[in-house]
Amino acid sequence: MSVPLFLFYAFAVLAVLSALGMVLNLRNTVAAALSLVVTMVSLAGIYVLLEAHLVAAIQIMVYGGAIVVLFLFVVMLLNLRTDTFLPARQRALKVAGSLLGVVLLIETLRLLGGFPESPPLPEGFGGYRQLGIALYTDYLLIVEVISLLLTAAIVGALVLAKRNID
Amino acid sequence: MIPTDHVIALSAILFTIGLVGVMTRRNLIVMLMSVELMLNAVNLAFVGFNRLWPQGPSGSGEASLDGQIFVLTVIAVAAAEVAVGLGIVISMFRNRDSVNIEDVSLLRW
Repeated sequence: MSVPLFLFYAFAVLAVLSALGMVLNLRNTVAAALSLVVTMVSLAGIYVLLEAHLVAAIQIMVYGGAIVVLFLFVVMLLNLRTDTFLPARQRALKVAGSLLGVVLLIETLRLLGGFPESPPLPEGFGGYRQLGIALYTDYLLIVEVISLLLTAAIVGALVLAKRNID
Repeated sequence: MIPTDHVIALSAILFTIGLVGVMTRRNLIVMLMSVELMLNAVNLAFVGFNRLWPQGPSGSGEASLDGQIFVLTVIAVAAAEVAVGLGIVISMFRNRDSVNIEDVSLLRW
């Protein structure tokens, strides 16, 4: 087994275990948020192995840095009690949810096995230069729309979190 | 060379874990985290397919980074979603003193 392949499986196992740790952790929401960080960083490692270097860097900065810290702030701000799964009267919904997930997983795994070998890539594929050129030429409209969306999100979050709007 | 099958399998597993988390947990913050996990699973599939077919499924033309552009867009949308979602969580906690979604059923029929 080559080194990249070994790293891929190591990151994959780490990502799945920490994702399970996040979903199944009922006692401590802070620990759940920290498990999410481990998942995000493992995924960033996998992105590097898939030649998506800029995406890996942004994954660590935005998810590991900004989003999870935001979660941690809110969890600590609210001083949460422990959580429980669904109460007994909604057990049907709980079973249906889990069942839907498992069926989806099986259906997706059934599709596998038909992919060809990945081709070799040109020099600099996935680096900041190529991605930056693509973003600011072909996909300029997307950048503009995202800037509008982020502005709207900032205003919306301020209005929602403000105590008295007047 | 990393087999694309295994990348997509990992993506499906992570998506399923996130889906089960959204369906079974009742803590709104953990539900938001599970949604993030699902978005990440989709990102992983995008990056994997961009690695497999950098020139599109036909295999002709120049190598493009469309999949990774998608991923950057998804990350930006996820950041906006978390900002607004956590704003909603805070105002809900202020009004109901809880982040359990069982306590906010006013609009439920």
